Amino acid sequence: MNIIVCIKQVVDPEAPPAHFKVDTTTNRLILPTDIPPVIDPYSEYALEAALQLRDKYAGKITAISLGNNLQKEVIKKPLSMGADELVLVEDELFTSNDSWSIAKVLATTIIKIGAYDVILCGRQSADRDAGQIGSGIAEILKLPVITVARKIDIDGTKVLVERVTDDGYETIETTLPTVITVSNEIGEPRYPTIRGIMAAKKKEPTIWKSVDLDIESSQSGIDGCRSHLVKLLKPVYEGKCEFVDGEIPEDAASNLSKRLRQEKVL
Amino acid sequence: MTEYKGIMVLAESAEGKLASITREILGCGQKLANELGEELTAAVLGNHVATLAREVIIHGADKVYLADNPILEHYTNESYTNFMEVIVKQVMPKILILGQTAIGRDLAPSLAFRLETSATTDCIELSINIESGKLLQTKPIYGGNLIATFTSECHPQIATVRPKVYPPTKPDNSRQGKIVKIDTEPEIVSTRTKVIDKVFQSKEGIRLEDAAVVIGGGRGIGSAEGFKQLEELARLLGGAVGATRPPCDNNWIEETAQIGLTGKIIAPKFYMAVAISGSSQHISGCSGAKNIIAINKDAEANIFNVARFGIIGDWKKIIPVFTEKVRELLME
Repeated sequence: MNIIVCIKQVVDPEAPPAHFKVDTTTNRLILPTDIPPVIDPYSEYALEAALQLRDKYAGKITAISLGNNLQKEVIKKPLSMGADELVLVEDELFTSNDSWSIAKVLATTIIKIGAYDVILCGRQSADRDAGQIGSGIAEILKLPVITVARKIDIDGTKVLVERVTDDGYETIETTLPTVITVSNEIGEPRYPTIRGIMAAKKKEPTIWKSVDLDIESSQSGIDGCRSHLVKLLKPVYEGKCEFVDGEIPEDAASNLSKRLRQEKVL
Repeated sequence: MTEYKGIMVLAESAEGKLASITREILGCGQKLANELGEELTAAVLGNHVATLAREVIIHGADKVYLADNPILEHYTNESYTNFMEVIVKQVMPKILILGQTAIGRDLAPSLAFRLETSATTDCIELSINIESGKLLQTKPIYGGNLIATFTSECHPQIATVRPKVYPPTKPDNSRQGKIVKIDTEPEIVSTRTKVIDKVFQSKEGIRLEDAAVVIGGGRGIGSAEGFKQLEELARLLGGAVGATRPPCDNNWIEETAQIGLTGKIIAPKFYMAVAISGSSQHISGCSGAKNIIAINKDAEANIFNVARFGIIGDWKKIIPVFTEKVRELLME
């Protein structure tokens, strides 16, 4: 079975909120210089799903990453976690944060790789939080898509996916090849093993540029954007918390109930 | 070429009735339709859903496009994308609004790519730019750390709207509107996907997203046993218990109790965040609460930035006493 996983490098979403600052003249995030980027945690769940599938049914995992300024020590993490191959698509011409142009480049990359049975993505990315890339790739490649998966089982050419819904989950049956986006319910991503880290050190990723991919310039990068970011702000919270205390914690609890009653909150 | 015109919303049902999110996006759609001076229509898809179409009119739509077909009995990405493609190509709305629900968040991107347009998911505000007439689509990005506004040159401009952002419209039984049946079937009717089972995991009682009182617990609660204590307080106040992601991942509480960007969006009158540090991811899901009361050991915890009242301290010492005091207050 050939599994392709889309992996994104993002600004560390665990960085303290104060590190997210906006350059209001360009409407862009000022990249924090003291906090290194990471593999998107949502992508890691997709990779974990891929590893679970390979554990159960054998096969080959190819991780693909599209981006600029990809940091080798960061972006090679899928290899150290157990992916077999890594393809990096890095070109200034592909610079974009728009779902349309990103999905177009990724789908073209997948076509060039050729063999695929399951294509996995995170349910969304930790930077754009759009949740559209998996669905976009599926539309472009004319494949079925199942989003926000919590469990994946394969039986021959049949795939059974548990998809998270608003009040539980539903089991969906489809056929291979298919695109699946993965949610955190799939299970904690495994840590890289020592063997994996050593193997990743030796392994060089395949690097493709725009000339390597058969894609029209009108479909990728800035020209391929279907939507435009026109304003970027940092949310402002009032920050007027009234702290209630007491001699001992139990007093504080008692005082809180009184204050809440006074203010008619309770 | 015909012009794109009007606002369309996709209706959803919940337990046979119009879903509250649909009443919310009808309210949002009405506002936009008034600003543009155009019509508000709705797409109703399903099997035997004619009564739902009437409900949509009563709740604010001027016209309903109804696709009533056995294939649409259960939502699947393929069947809904196929039928919505037919409807949108026939009606040509300028703006299409869906709820940010299990259906909306799944359908909007597929439909956008099918129609070669854009979609903006999880919007917390939609408005019209007076000069350009374009839809301003505002949503949290970077896990809620930043708020971005997007526009698009393509049509329809598709957006999904987060639950609990817009107040639901009130029913008006005197409202009249036309119901147009969609007879054209999509070119491809058969689908490669089918729903074979649905499992409801939510607890009996008050739904977390509808509760007026919510008690939320974080990683610091430490065990399923700890959540039982929160449940006791919630029960006393007639509320529900929620959590951040770690307690759900650790099975201290059911997965459906997760509050945050990738979980439930809540807007209760009273939200008590217990041992919750307040990641942007979580705050994104609870910032609509009227009163946030935070209990945390760490005085620097981010949750205190959004809280109205707070106690710095160990929840294990505070919650039992607080629960007793609340019990006494309620007896008065």
